[in-house]
Amino acid sequence: MDLLNNDLSVLNIGLKGFASDLNAQGTAVSHVDWRPPAGGDPALLDALDALRGEQLDEANRTAVERLMAAQPTLVGVGIARDIIPGMNDTTILHAGPPITWDRMCGPTRGAIMGALVYEGLAQDYDEAARLGASGDITFDPCHHHSTVGPMTGVVSPSMPVWIVENRAEGTGNRAFCTLNEGLGKVLRFGAYGDDIIAHLKWMEEVLGPGLTETMELAEPIDLGTVISQALQMGDECHNRNKAATSLLVRALAPSLAETNLPKSDVVRILRFIDSNDHFFLNISMPACKCATDAAHGIKGSSMVTAMARNGTDFGVRVSGCDDAWFVAPAPEVKGLYFPGYSAKDANPDLGDSTITESAGIGGFAMAAAPAIVQFVGGVAEDSLRYTREMLTITLAQNPDHAIPSLDFAGSPTGIDVCKVVESGVAPFINTGIAHKEPGIGQVGAGIVRAPMECFHQALRHLAGRV
Amino acid sequence: MVVRAIIQKNAYRDSVFLMNLSRRLGEMDGVGKAHALMGTPTNIRLLKEDGLLVPELEDAGPNDLIVVVEAESDDVADAAVKAATSTATAPRDAGERAFASTVAALEGSPGANLALISIPGQFVRREAMRVLDEGLNIFLFSDNVSLEDEVALKQRAKEKGLIVMGPGAGTAIVGGTAVAFANSIRPGPVGVVGASGTGIQEITVQLHRRGGGITHAIGTGGRDLYRDVGGISFLTGMDALISDKDTRALVLVSKPAHPEVEALVLERAKAAKAAGKPVVVHFIGGDPAAVEDAGLVPAATLEDAAAAALALLRGKEPSPIIFSAPRDEILTMARQAQEGLTDGQTDIRGLYSGGTLCGETLLVLGPVLGPVRSNATKDPALKMTDPNVSEGNTCVDLGEEEFTQGRPHPMIDHTLRCQRLVQEARDPATAVILLDVVLGYGSSEDPAGALVPAIQDAKAIAAAEGRSLVIVASVCGTDLDPQDLDNQEATLRESGVVVLPSNAQAARMAALIVTRGGAEDKIFG
Repeated sequence: MDLLNNDLSVLNIGLKGFASDLNAQGTAVSHVDWRPPAGGDPALLDALDALRGEQLDEANRTAVERLMAAQPTLVGVGIARDIIPGMNDTTILHAGPPITWDRMCGPTRGAIMGALVYEGLAQDYDEAARLGASGDITFDPCHHHSTVGPMTGVVSPSMPVWIVENRAEGTGNRAFCTLNEGLGKVLRFGAYGDDIIAHLKWMEEVLGPGLTETMELAEPIDLGTVISQALQMGDECHNRNKAATSLLVRALAPSLAETNLPKSDVVRILRFIDSNDHFFLNISMPACKCATDAAHGIKGSSMVTAMARNGTDFGVRVSGCDDAWFVAPAPEVKGLYFPGYSAKDANPDLGDSTITESAGIGGFAMAAAPAIVQFVGGVAEDSLRYTREMLTITLAQNPDHAIPSLDFAGSPTGIDVCKVVESGVAPFINTGIAHKEPGIGQVGAGIVRAPMECFHQALRHLAGRV
Repeated sequence: MVVRAIIQKNAYRDSVFLMNLSRRLGEMDGVGKAHALMGTPTNIRLLKEDGLLVPELEDAGPNDLIVVVEAESDDVADAAVKAATSTATAPRDAGERAFASTVAALEGSPGANLALISIPGQFVRREAMRVLDEGLNIFLFSDNVSLEDEVALKQRAKEKGLIVMGPGAGTAIVGGTAVAFANSIRPGPVGVVGASGTGIQEITVQLHRRGGGITHAIGTGGRDLYRDVGGISFLTGMDALISDKDTRALVLVSKPAHPEVEALVLERAKAAKAAGKPVVVHFIGGDPAAVEDAGLVPAATLEDAAAAALALLRGKEPSPIIFSAPRDEILTMARQAQEGLTDGQTDIRGLYSGGTLCGETLLVLGPVLGPVRSNATKDPALKMTDPNVSEGNTCVDLGEEEFTQGRPHPMIDHTLRCQRLVQEARDPATAVILLDVVLGYGSSEDPAGALVPAIQDAKAIAAAEGRSLVIVASVCGTDLDPQDLDNQEATLRESGVVVLPSNAQAARMAALIVTRGGAEDKIFG
């Protein structure tokens, strides 16, 4: 025993007063705000203990290293039906885990109805609703097609999509996402209507081809670097994308000016991007998807590779659990509402944008974005607390995601199912709030925690105790 | 001059970070020029102009981090590049935070060497095993840990060269730091190992009050010397103190051990003595013969154990302490105190917060007064039928389980003891109320102050019924404790309490008073 030969440094697990007494004596002490691990559930503790060991650690090291080594690179813009694998003319992709029409939430149905009219598969919204329910349309999660979509995440075949490619050595996997439609009453929040269809048509006919041509002229854009810089400029790249959108404009504008587009289109495209602080979200998301997909499928790994919500269910995928979804009811979002709306209008949690938290930014990098902590009535200190708290449940800190307010500490990255269950600390998420009825759109923004039940299921699956 | 360069692909760092890194590298001894920069065309040109564009840098892109150093030797260059790499990739500390799980805390506190665990007993084994696996020693304050779990934890600790102090450990002092319930004791040559929390507190306090001091005091939990546990932690603690160069004498304290374990402890103690470190053994209420047979020094009380250790260090023959003050002074003090007691007042009522102190009082009073009842005795004939009702000479340990269920320990919260003080004062048979007042870390901020109102009430109740009431106390504390010994003693004296400098002396004073001096011969021998 060499305790007596070294300076005492204490881990205080339990009564806080003992830590204060040690502090008063000038002794180094870290305090554990202890609560029963895994809520004291013997079956979960048993599963945790069965999994613990070098094999798990090794698998998780591999997974998180691949996640952090990814080099998501923006390479172009294409049309969903041409680009997204497994997409055909009657496929509609949606956010979150798999779901059937009868269980879909209002906004998802609304967005699908809008998309069916937009595609010309239905003449009006009543017909679209009947078609949606008919079984003639194939609904599938974006995540099953290397794709992610914010809020309802609805992707129909004619929509233009960003193409992001992993340029890390030995990878090359791609991820896709639609172009961001703008704010307010938009399809992704479940709004539909002729003005929305007209806007989608403009995106298909002008914005998409314009950006395709721009990207052909531009150098591929290293998104890792853009995100690193944006995190130092006050974004967390989920609910705040102001800085990243600005950086994107700087990267795109010269090539856009070089295209053969009519000047009026160039101006409109630039004005459109400039008017939408969330334009980069639809690039941040596939960048994260590209990275987490590269870390998926590591045998034995308990690292989360996707958290996603369809507005009815919250789903979690895990690197070592193949195609399984671990699903629980989507929670309600705590937040602030636009004038005229309140919590009773809110749809439960919705969208694939939690891919950002899954990749170690978004809510996990909240400390980088104190400006948006006001959304939840918090103070700047809260944003630091949220990020620090996530260190409890992650496998690494990503040095490329340095956070100025935490003395350039890397953001917590790689959610470990075991650590979530052990600590009882659920992943922290920033998100927008959609109206629960179809056709209305965004009504607010706020924060939410992933449901613990998903992680309990995942743990049981990993431990072979299903 | 040699030039060394590294590239980290796709590792964006902001310019301030890079300038800092460049400056730090440039300040290293033997380093000439040093640059940390991103591989932009401008920077590549700059390197070229500076003559530092070594071939491996020509492929660097604008998102790659480049470090180039010019140094007087290969060694210096390697060291500089290595320093740059670790600075660029080291996880940065995200600052102070409270941890939500033991696992997170273990990962986040790589330098910790002791876990202080105070969580419900049923969760202890898993958490403690995890802590041991990470190479930390344990101070286990928690109760309600099964004997089986205790044995498993201590065996694991032994395999890993660690120690588990506890379960039910109250006190340790490690390198001058008081852990849990412990006093501020000056540094000195005595090492203490004890299976009793307040036992360690009283011994270390008595060492301090006599000008002595300690290296370390190691608590083991009350069951360590049971046969099943086999003294694992006790022996580990002894070994550590035997090999500790600053420890020149050992004091061991425990309730009597299982004979097989006692033999192991005495064997080890003989080895300490052979290594030139005298050992005082206080098996509370045990037979001193075995200790003497082993050539070691027994002690009859906690105070005697402290005094004996200091005597041995000074090369003197230890002798028992009866009172610190001269005999006539003590007898005068007793006579003054007993004035106003009526014939019907025949009993001592001890109200204790420290279990070992209560036990010691039973041992001191028994031979002088005959049977003393208690809730903490093993003798079924003397066990209180109802711990809430005193009868005859009685000592109550208010820290026993029946009093602490759903209530803070009496060292932290004095409510229960205050109520009991008043209750005992109402009993016309009560002549003397005997108290311990334990100071130090863990204990409440002002224990004497918390007791004063009840002491005044008790005296007033007796006076109203035409009696006097004597209150005798000892304060287990030092002048260095956060509560300050002198202040605490003064507060008690101002309320008319007879204050003695040790628990054993307080018990003897109570016996003198309750017998109206009749016990003088038995006490002074």
